[in-house]
Amino acid sequence: MRRERPGRAALAAAIVVAIFLLLPLLAVVPISFTPARFLSMPRGSWSLVHYRELIDNPDWGASVLLSLRIGVLSSLLATVLATLFALGIWMTRPRMAALLVGFVLLPMVVPPIVSAMTLYFLLTGLSQLAPLLGYDTWPGVVLAHVVMIAPFAVLLILVALAGVDRRIDLAARGCGATATQRALRVILPNIWFGVLMAALLSFVLSWEEIGVTLFITSVNAITLPRLMWMGVHDNVDPAIAAVSVLLIAITTLALIGRMMFQRADASP
Amino acid sequence: MLLTAPLLALLLLAYALPFLGVVRWSVTLPQPGWSQYIRLVSDPLALSVLIRTFRICTLVTVSATAAAYALAYVWVRGTPLQRRLAELCILIPFWISVLTRAFGWLALLSSRGLVNTWLQQLGILAEPLTLVRNEFGVIVGMTHFLIPFAVFPIASAMRAVDGRVLLAARGLGASPLRVFWRIFVPMTLPGIIGAALIVFVFALGFFITPAILGGGHSVMVAELVYLHMFQSPDWGLGAAISVMLVAVVGVLMALLWRFARPPALRASR
Repeated sequence: MRRERPGRAALAAAIVVAIFLLLPLLAVVPISFTPARFLSMPRGSWSLVHYRELIDNPDWGASVLLSLRIGVLSSLLATVLATLFALGIWMTRPRMAALLVGFVLLPMVVPPIVSAMTLYFLLTGLSQLAPLLGYDTWPGVVLAHVVMIAPFAVLLILVALAGVDRRIDLAARGCGATATQRALRVILPNIWFGVLMAALLSFVLSWEEIGVTLFITSVNAITLPRLMWMGVHDNVDPAIAAVSVLLIAITTLALIGRMMFQRADASP
Repeated sequence: MLLTAPLLALLLLAYALPFLGVVRWSVTLPQPGWSQYIRLVSDPLALSVLIRTFRICTLVTVSATAAAYALAYVWVRGTPLQRRLAELCILIPFWISVLTRAFGWLALLSSRGLVNTWLQQLGILAEPLTLVRNEFGVIVGMTHFLIPFAVFPIASAMRAVDGRVLLAARGLGASPLRVFWRIFVPMTLPGIIGAALIVFVFALGFFITPAILGGGHSVMVAELVYLHMFQSPDWGLGAAISVMLVAVVGVLMALLWRFARPPALRASR
């Protein structure tokens, strides 16, 4: 069918928006090569001193490792809990399904600042009961991150389940499959890609979480975003530019790679 | 039912109950009563922050939704190449953390940043312009952060438009501009409303971007909570602001539910 393509005005508007979206990401590149110790454009000489700083200062490496550990663990826990929950909703279709889903999605829609205060309340309380899981500990951060990211995992897995044909589940039940068999051998194989995407999104959300982490950590559990926050907010450190360039490069390569993979997939 | 229990239990114990604790703070600190809520609507400082938050959120909602509409249009209706490029422009910022993106605006707009350095080298400016650490910087940074979130609901509304309707309008003699404004925009209105509500709700609770790009000069509600928690310990007022925010967001989410419910939730009913 013939379809009308965007006209010149629409294209021009979209290009302006695209430039607006990409410009600040490109701007960090020259800044990261400044030889100065403050945020500035390099004049004449370019330097790698801020990239060296990332290697020489052990704080950066430690925070990356901590963020990876917290991210992997939070993503694993959130994905398992979310998968169980979504399967439960889909298989039994309880009367108050909409209410239960709405409740589970709360941390996603409540303003992050309110969630931060709530989790601060929780973790300072837990500190007195179980010091290992309380305020400013990495297991405490994992607990808070699971609460914050599980709703996103639930949403993605519910979307995947919405595409499953209920008749295959009915057929399995008709053949005498137990609930466990239906879940593990019939439904899960049909939504594994959605579950994988949920785990990936959960990891990224935990990896870059700062709104809540800022409230529940102070000196011990310094994740990468927490360390970057100190470098941006307290005094602007050009090492942040070097970290940002690396993070932007990883994201861009991953997305372009995925796009090429999809294209190869689409053309037989 | 049993499968839903672990996550429900976790969120009940680690989210719902502690939130009730915050609600209790708001009516017990420093003394029992509604004093903190009364302060919230009578204290000139708190009131000016509320008004500024509302003003910034409205401006950000309008600019982010309009920008997202233009980009979504090319993403949905462009040639395959245009669609790919638009998708990259949406997804790259979307996957990059709020900190990096706010820092990018510092790199671009601060007094020794890209824009000021270039304008001074070209001799256009003698003194650097103040582009961040003020309300302008906050609005630019928040608009930048929220455009991708606005693109998704608008794009899904645009995908649902039957192209034959547009062709029929053209066949009946309407100009492309008229088809766009009289047919296409009204048909995608639910997506626009959904996007605007999402942007407004997200913007209300924004903390990181205003803290970095506002530099303490244009404090918004969320930053006020942070200040009352950690700078001048006044947990009661911080808690009262949080409860008020939840109430406002609750009303807005009810509107969102009414006008533009995500399809995933529709299917799960």
